Amino acid sequence: MSESTTFGKDVSRAPVSQRGHRVGPVDDSQAIGGQISIEMDGKTLKVPIGTTILEASKELGLRIPTLCHHEDLCVAGVCRMCVVEVEGQRTLQAACAYPITQPIKVKTHSRKVRQARRHILDLILANHYGECYACNRNNNCELQTLAKEYGVDFFRFGHPTEPMFELDTSSHSVVRDMNKCVLCRRCIRTCIDFQEVGVLEVQGRGAESKVVTFMDKPLAEVVCINCGQCINRCPTGALRANDPTDDVWAAIDDPTKHVVMQTAPSPRAGIGECFGLPPGRALTFEMNTALRQCGFDKVFDTNFTADLTIIEEGTELLLRLKKALVDKQPVAIPQFTSCSPGWVKYIEHFYPEYLAHLSSAKSPQQMFGALIKTYYAHLNKIDPKDIVCVALMPCSAKKFECNRPEMCDSGYKDIDYGLTTRELGKMISEAGINLPDLPKSDFDDPFGTATGSGVIFGATGGVMEAALRTVIELVTGKKVENFFDHAEIIPLRGFEGIRYAEIPVKEVGPVPGILKHLFEDWSWLKGATLKVAVAHGTAYAKKVMDDIRAGGKFSECHFIEFMACPGGCLGGGGQPIPTSPAIRAARAQAIYSEDRAYSVRKSHENPAVVKVYNEFLTDGPCGHLSHKLLHTHYTPRGKFIA
Amino acid sequence: MSATQNKTGGMHPTTTGPLSFGSVKPNQGLQNAAKKSRADIIAEISASGMKGRGGAGFPTGVKWNLAAAAQDSTKYVICNADEGEPGTFKDRVILSEYSDLVFEGMTIAGLAIGARQGIVYLRGEYSYLRPLLEAVLERRRTQELLGESILGREGFSFDITIRMGSGAYVCGEETALIESLEGQRGEPRNRPPFPVDTGYMGHPTVVNNVETLAWAACILAKGAAWFKGIGTDKSTGLKLFSISGDCERPGVYEFPMGISISELLREVGGEDAKAVQVGGASGHCVPAKSFARTLAYEDIPTGGSIIVLGPGRDMLGIARNFLEFFVEESCGQCTPCRAGTVKLLEGVELLQEGRCSMKYLRELCALGETMQLASKCGLGQSSPNAFLSIVKEFQDEIMGRTDLAAAGKE
Ligand SMILES: Cc1cc2nc3c(=O)[nH]c(=O)nc-3n(C[C@H](O)[C@H](O)[C@H](O)COP(=O)(O)O)c2cc1C
Ligand code: SF4
Ligand code: SF4
Ligand code: SF4
Ligand code: SF4
Ligand code: FES
Repeated sequence: MSESTTFGKDVSRAPVSQRGHRVGPVDDSQAIGGQISIEMDGKTLKVPIGTTILEASKELGLRIPTLCHHEDLCVAGVCRMCVVEVEGQRTLQAACAYPITQPIKVKTHSRKVRQARRHILDLILANHYGECYACNRNNNCELQTLAKEYGVDFFRFGHPTEPMFELDTSSHSVVRDMNKCVLCRRCIRTCIDFQEVGVLEVQGRGAESKVVTFMDKPLAEVVCINCGQCINRCPTGALRANDPTDDVWAAIDDPTKHVVMQTAPSPRAGIGECFGLPPGRALTFEMNTALRQCGFDKVFDTNFTADLTIIEEGTELLLRLKKALVDKQPVAIPQFTSCSPGWVKYIEHFYPEYLAHLSSAKSPQQMFGALIKTYYAHLNKIDPKDIVCVALMPCSAKKFECNRPEMCDSGYKDIDYGLTTRELGKMISEAGINLPDLPKSDFDDPFGTATGSGVIFGATGGVMEAALRTVIELVTGKKVENFFDHAEIIPLRGFEGIRYAEIPVKEVGPVPGILKHLFEDWSWLKGATLKVAVAHGTAYAKKVMDDIRAGGKFSECHFIEFMACPGGCLGGGGQPIPTSPAIRAARAQAIYSEDRAYSVRKSHENPAVVKVYNEFLTDGPCGHLSHKLLHTHYTPRGKFIA
Repeated sequence: MSATQNKTGGMHPTTTGPLSFGSVKPNQGLQNAAKKSRADIIAEISASGMKGRGGAGFPTGVKWNLAAAAQDSTKYVICNADEGEPGTFKDRVILSEYSDLVFEGMTIAGLAIGARQGIVYLRGEYSYLRPLLEAVLERRRTQELLGESILGREGFSFDITIRMGSGAYVCGEETALIESLEGQRGEPRNRPPFPVDTGYMGHPTVVNNVETLAWAACILAKGAAWFKGIGTDKSTGLKLFSISGDCERPGVYEFPMGISISELLREVGGEDAKAVQVGGASGHCVPAKSFARTLAYEDIPTGGSIIVLGPGRDMLGIARNFLEFFVEESCGQCTPCRAGTVKLLEGVELLQEGRCSMKYLRELCALGETMQLASKCGLGQSSPNAFLSIVKEFQDEIMGRTDLAAAGKE
């Protein structure tokens, strides 16, 4: 099995029966080498023992409808849409939950099966309040698709005409509309099993059952980390992101406002999916054109501040190491990355005693906002109160982040609106633009030039790889290519939940100008071994944190990258739906090939970054002004809810 | 004759006539088993032809054999004492009066499958029995019938703990029971894998009904041939029935499997019945014209609940009662059961108001079939049974009614 298909399987908290099925040996002559012959709709196939009927059907190119099944999640077998007839069985069987251990004959669309599926759909629709044309999942809704597939032309068992639940709009990130909930429980499994946060649960029995937060409190008041992974797995419009596009349009339409857009690396690798392209095709420069056509005044690349983050965070790391190794003072090591706001809220809730380990550097999104409303405003003689900063992010947690009260260091709200990839897709469609057809255009200066290092921020391991490229060069004075082919630090790539690498510092060079104010020489680093790790998905973050707490191997690390979302930002909760292991892999491919295409691939070589330090942040990385604008602090929240 | 309260609130004599359980020499079965190999114990149970007394009727020997064959050093035996089916109280009687026999059966099962730990999952409402059961367990420990090297047999260790149920009917379903024991919501699991392979805490587990375990001890004491000699070919042995409703002598009875409904009614004084609900809420409603049918796995299977319905009973009201029970008790996990039971109940209300068309009634019957076929567990699969059999057998009575008062609309 590839890494991407085993992701999450080893940390599962799901009930035993919902994890992989444990299957004993079968004594049947047809089962040679663990292969079993099966027959489905008259076609035959050999499958490994334990393959589910659903998996086998895909191999045969048959379609069995599903609703509660999701490739990322453990089996639930609750919607019953996927029932099939297995010869010799009294009842129909759920294809998603039936492991094949014997030769079987399956019918996927017999009379009984079709009748059952139609009834199940009608029962769901009898409890589903919503109008497709007024729903953000219109045309991308699994329930709607099934209704079409099964030719639903009237509501056999009725249809609600009044809402049954109030919307929960308390969260900056996620809106819950339980009127559209089909109780597939994917969100629950996402939250507790895939992410190991555990915000959602079922309350009540039978027809009273309902997906709730702790004590049915508003989402904003519980331990939700805003990762939006549940949105991405919801088959219907019951979960969606808190959508600010109306406000963004209003800003664009207001001639007194200067509307600045920054785009993160991952949306460009995903937005094509909103326009029917297969995953894995980056539309960076077409998107720039579209944003201008929509009316944004400037289009900048978040990669610029990603590079800045690397300089600030890398410097902070070197300072911490010096404090520990040279000054022999107590200091929080390992340093944790802080660019994933889902992860930041996670540690605030679940490991608040480790907040000192979190890099104080803001995320690229927030650094950008702080610079736009100060440096950029000054350069262009625009009153910062007239600037509206919009950030295009693959992430729903970024919406919460830009609304944190501390994120106003420019004197204004640093970032006004966070848009998800999906929301921008909608705006572009609304403007009548077919994105893939557009000509390409570049980012605007001065924050257009980015490096490959900024781009790979979008993939798990990318921040660490970018940081190491810079740290290695700053410390050795040599090109990182001398140590790693094509500057690609391969051990940090891939989709394994946790990755670990050791980088020996065999030689040191002179301290570069940009850091002269902080370090005299690097001799204290010579011979040291830099230990780093990468974890993505909070389930794996939890594993690493528990190891650190227990004094295990990760407590010896110097630097650890954490991303709340599986796959990193490219699998973020604001990315196009669906997301699956294969889709994440394709998006990662797009990101890494874009990295290769850049001529400048290291953050500290980014001329715009160099310029900012020369012109504006003149007291250098981690200097006074950068501390005021580019660094932040955190809030210990704890996991107990008042 | 002692008297205890039954579920519906009436007073019933606990047992009517002597039960065979009383005639078995204490611990004879366990002593015999301790001298046998594991395979021979299972062979004895298999030879008896006994099928599970909890309702599903799975052959007990096969179940034990599967668990015995499973490769794991930790296994469990669980006694299902959740007895939640409306109209059953036989397990309570067995636990009150013959708990030694149940524990003996569990110990034998433990030896047979290689388990060292037994758990009694006791219905919450039966908590008053707990001190008695704990005392019996303590006595059995001092008698070396539980603990290490039972009856001097090296390596034969087994002990039993009692855990209280959480009150939901669905927790009697074996996989929901296991979830509940593990501290989760009591919701049925996907099967396969079955508990004999992946059960409590992921280990192979045998879940048996109280009565099944008591008979297992009797079979080891008296021999498979004795048991097999009673009943029919496919339904061997004796069975306890909890008989309630409109009859003169309700209570717990022991009959051979294969007894006809009319014979049974004669015994309990309910000959004028209009119908009999066999198997509780999840069972079938049998009209008088079919009273020649027998209570056997090959004809009408039952976990032992028999509710006699007298001539004055309103069949729609009966259907409504049962459906209200299922609407309440569905765990809510799967669509057909969660939403289907509500639609059937609404349908009964329409019938009561005389507003249900034939066409919609046919649709509801088809929905009932879907629920039987597509629900995740036995609860949903059996929830439409009563409705479907009443619609089928009493169509004249239920169509064309305008009983607004009964529908609660006046
Ligand atoms: C909804 C539901 C409730 C059940 N309740 C009980 C119960 O209270 N007691 C019981 O012994 N079996 C009950 N069962 C059957 C069990 O799932 C299981 O089949 C039985 O405990 C196996 O024991 P046996 O083979 O000895 O009959 C129930 C099944 C379902 C579907
Ligand atoms: S959730 Fe799906 S089916 Fe429901 S209104 Fe929205 S698009 Fe339509
Ligand atoms: S946003 Fe993330 S943490 Fe919040 S409920 Fe959804 S999955 Fe759970
Ligand atoms: S909110 Fe969405 S994912 Fe969660 S149970 Fe409802 S339909 Fe499923
Ligand atoms: S059939 Fe009913 S009780 Fe059983 S799993 Fe489905 S909803 Fe729960
Ligand atoms: S997809 Fe299989 S039961 Fe829902």
